[in-house]
Amino acid sequence: MDLEPIISRMKLGAAGETGTWRNYRPVINKELCNKCKTCFSYCPEGVISEEIEIDYRFCKGCGICKEMCRQKAIEMVQE
Amino acid sequence: MILPGNTSCQGCPISLAMRCLDEIENPVLVIPAGCSTVVAGLHPNSAMKIPVIHVPFASTNAVACGVKEAYKRAGVKANVIAWIGDGAADIGFATLSASATRKDDIITVVVDNEAYMNTGTQASLSTFWKAKTSTSPAGKADERRDLALIMIAHKADYVATATVGYIEDLRRKFRKASQIEGFRFIQIHCPCPPGWRFPSEKTIEIARKAVMSGAWALFEFYDRKLRFSGIGKKFAEKDNRISLAEYLKAQGRFEHLRDEDILAIEKAIDEEWEILKRFSGE
Repeated sequence: MDLEPIISRMKLGAAGETGTWRNYRPVINKELCNKCKTCFSYCPEGVISEEIEIDYRFCKGCGICKEMCRQKAIEMVQE
Repeated sequence: MILPGNTSCQGCPISLAMRCLDEIENPVLVIPAGCSTVVAGLHPNSAMKIPVIHVPFASTNAVACGVKEAYKRAGVKANVIAWIGDGAADIGFATLSASATRKDDIITVVVDNEAYMNTGTQASLSTFWKAKTSTSPAGKADERRDLALIMIAHKADYVATATVGYIEDLRRKFRKASQIEGFRFIQIHCPCPPGWRFPSEKTIEIARKAVMSGAWALFEFYDRKLRFSGIGKKFAEKDNRISLAEYLKAQGRFEHLRDEDILAIEKAIDEEWEILKRFSGE
């Protein structure tokens, strides 16, 4: 039996560039950021790297990083 | 273990829980219908870096059991995970119960968002007392089922409750489960922004408030003993908790509650804690 038609393949952006869903864009203030990586741990989408860079192609703008940041280094800016 | 650009909603706790799967060596997921099956990818794309088998509701644990046996015979070391929602735990309860009784060598993860979110927030057995859902518009009148306690009654090898609010605790429990053999069960509390009606950035805050108000108990059961987990331990004492109203009022699904309703819920929660404390012997 040919199973190929029912098998899904791994893909970055399985639902397309989900960054287009975003109403607010998280912007990191590098001067305030102390690289505690809390935003990295709690980002549901996994778009924040360990070097604290945001991949805006896929960030949905949920705002959890802003809420979790103890340094208040993240601001949500309207798109 | 999940790639960015998946189909999860903004602030989705399931997607966050799936990220924590990297604590488990060689995971293989078996997912029935529900939010998780959508989050894992739309055909022909998969958002997961690991093998996923999509199955009908009630068959999840049976499939997971078979897959694990097949891997064993092929000499492949894999951690097979039945990744279900609280709705699938209702519908597939017979299979889940049988699987626990057989002591299948699998991990069962329940992402508990307290309703059938994927189909439009219908009440499940795990739905919180008096919560508004599309099938209980005036607030759910029935009890909340405590699935973890039921699994303890099955004498499972490892039972734990966790929450996306404390991610290190969740990761530790995943790690611990992957190192034990036998039937392992983890129930993760997953506050759902669209279903519970709160803004997407509040997912973690609400999850933490649930623990701090005593609405969600964090515990582990292994070696025939129940233990409260580090962060959740102090909330076993009622004096250390924040007021339940603070947790409930943050969510749209409880906007109809009167003060006496909150008192009634508090009483129900206290009774659950009494049972847990008796189990733990603390």
